[in-house]
Amino acid sequence: MMPVATTFFFYFLSIIAVVSAIVVITRKSPVHSALALITTLLSLAGLYLMLYAPFVAAVQIVLYAGGIMVLFLFVIMLVNLEKAQLEERFNKQWQVALIAVLTLGALLIFIFEKGRSVFPQTVTNFPENTNTQVIGLLLYRDYLMPFELASLLLLVAIVGAVVMAKKRV
Amino acid sequence: MVPLSWYLLLSAFLFASGVAGFLIRRNIITIFMSIELMLNGVNLAFIAFATVRHSLNGNVFVFFVMVVAAAEAAVGLAIIIAVYRTRETLNVDRVNLLKL
Amino acid sequence: MDVLTTPLTAFSQYFSKSDYVLALPMILLTVFALGILMIDLMLPEEWKRLNALTALIGLGFSAAAVFRIHSLLGPEVSCIPGFFGTVVMDRFAVYFFYLFLVGAAVAVLMSVKYLEIERENHGEYYALILFSVIGMMAMACGYDIIMLFIGLELMALSTYVLVGFLRRDQRSNEAALKYLILGAFSSGIFAYGLSLFYGLTGSTNLGTIAQGLEKRISANPNDPVVIFALLAVSTGLLFKIAAVPFHQWAPDAYEGAPTAITGFMSVAVKSAAWALLLRMFLFGFYPLRALYVPMLIFVALATLTGGNLAAITQTNTKRLLAYSSIAHVGYMLLGLIASDGTSNTTGIKGIMFYLLVYTFMNLGAFAVIASLRRREIIGDDLDDLAGLYKKAPVEAVLMLIFLLSLAGIPPLAGFYGKYFIFLSLVETGHFALAGIAVLYAVVGLYYYLKMANAMFMREETTAEPVKSSPSMSLALAICAIGTIGIGLFPNVFIELVNWSMSGANAATIAQLMH
Repeated sequence: MMPVATTFFFYFLSIIAVVSAIVVITRKSPVHSALALITTLLSLAGLYLMLYAPFVAAVQIVLYAGGIMVLFLFVIMLVNLEKAQLEERFNKQWQVALIAVLTLGALLIFIFEKGRSVFPQTVTNFPENTNTQVIGLLLYRDYLMPFELASLLLLVAIVGAVVMAKKRV
Repeated sequence: MVPLSWYLLLSAFLFASGVAGFLIRRNIITIFMSIELMLNGVNLAFIAFATVRHSLNGNVFVFFVMVVAAAEAAVGLAIIIAVYRTRETLNVDRVNLLKL
Repeated sequence: MDVLTTPLTAFSQYFSKSDYVLALPMILLTVFALGILMIDLMLPEEWKRLNALTALIGLGFSAAAVFRIHSLLGPEVSCIPGFFGTVVMDRFAVYFFYLFLVGAAVAVLMSVKYLEIERENHGEYYALILFSVIGMMAMACGYDIIMLFIGLELMALSTYVLVGFLRRDQRSNEAALKYLILGAFSSGIFAYGLSLFYGLTGSTNLGTIAQGLEKRISANPNDPVVIFALLAVSTGLLFKIAAVPFHQWAPDAYEGAPTAITGFMSVAVKSAAWALLLRMFLFGFYPLRALYVPMLIFVALATLTGGNLAAITQTNTKRLLAYSSIAHVGYMLLGLIASDGTSNTTGIKGIMFYLLVYTFMNLGAFAVIASLRRREIIGDDLDDLAGLYKKAPVEAVLMLIFLLSLAGIPPLAGFYGKYFIFLSLVETGHFALAGIAVLYAVVGLYYYLKMANAMFMREETTAEPVKSSPSMSLALAICAIGTIGIGLFPNVFIELVNWSMSGANAATIAQLMH
């Protein structure tokens, strides 16, 4: 099989992801942030395809970009945006926080450079045609219990959202 | 072929920018989006590890992270609406009835 | 891939009978939680308190199912693995199951009257308590990072909603928002650490992770990736048990939450976080012990200092007890520093005994505060305790017992909790830490007595009488019997803790799993 995971695509998608991630955390308007976040999520879906995880890529688009982000946009619509626009973008300790995060980033780069030998390095071919079947088996056999608990987690989310957001229960 | 460490660096970048957004922003909705960025950094790391390790357990973990992200977003946004109803602001510095 | 080609011949290939027995406590709780959600729709307003009864029956059935597992774990069976190694039911897990069920039952009893006064008496409240207990059970019996993570989130998400359940109260939904934001942030860090452990070992199973880490750490004892992964996971765990410097959410969440939920969070949710922490540190990360002990010493000292000193200045009783519960976490961390669960088990037993004792005495203290909630009076200010002895002598005396027990005065239960922790420190030669811990126990006595002083010495500020309800009296009675009973007959409970730790070490379980 011809590898589609060429270096060009990696550069292309990761630059989109990096730029839009920066946009998410710097734009004043939450709507702009949300749109940038969708871009990040879509480029990540492309990277998942390159990593031989087509099913996760599809779920990423359907669930994240399609579900969670719509929820965000709905809430932005419900609350008063004009007021949010007038307020300060960053909080008072933003310089301190930025220094802390830059240190964290430097630490991560250092660690992954140091730890290059720790992980196997080459991203090799992977049986892609049975990907979804194997995941299905894992979910319904090996991870049956966490899978069932995840359904409860979603039920709690539904009940919780209704309790919190409705005016009268 | 792209080596694994590049994917890891990208995932670390996404995670760190999520942390940055969480720490510096004031708007609660943007803070939630920063948390989503962090979780996406985690997901990318899991998928990259799963591919080099030739085991799909990492992919399964990603589904659970997504479920958690969806549930947290739903409840979190509902709580935001409840807070907004009682005080008409989304600035974390003004949500300060409880002293820190 | 051979499984793909074989037809699905028998269901037993996926789900065996023993799996069913292991899951039964959680299945029963699910059934009753769903039942509450449906019955609630049909109940008229004045019958809503029946939801609490349904919840209690569910907790009772679940306890019976746990007892069945308990009886299966005889002298020669130390653990029952299930669900393809994602669940391991050992005595350690069963012990924690009992703690969760007792904590939840008392919290339900405390809630009945409280919710009626707040006019938020909805069935969802009790259903969410049951759901969070299911999550706790998954945290105690999980042997796979996926299972542990999803259990943690199930518990946390239910608790976020419960904290904000008084939606019309600004303090309540503000507390829920802060708790959720910081909780989600810490879960993100926790998950990042888990992803690195997965990358290092290629498995999600705790036993396999431990084996992989053993190899990795013998090759390079100061592997930076391992250290970073450990730091990230510990940050998440320490946040959940509210250790300094990851404790800022606790006083806010405790103050804003409905008082019954504050009690529930300070015992059951905290026990669950401890079960997860012990499971990960003793069963998964035991090869990294040399790395995590120095970090824990720092955190434990910071927690003792921060918790005790901040508690002195508080004027709100719920905040005061929140800081005192942070201080108690500091003592428990000392047990983990002293003991590794294999060569010395006193410290771990101390932690588990401490959690048992703490369940009764802390729930009792919060039950008294919840009973002070009357019309127009919130009852969580230190001044609201003033003159309590004249108004409600029974509540005042019980509160005194709980406070003295929290301070660690013999012969009450709290003394034995601290005693085992100090014993383990002395056994392992950590004399300096033991000295500091004793010193802080004296500081603790000061602020507990400050509350007692308000109840017995000061004049009452309001004439509004304190009326107790039957369910609240029952909750107080359970807590009082627990606190005094454990203090008078500690041997029975020490036996229970010894039983729960026997056979619960990483090596035997890893052997049984493979």
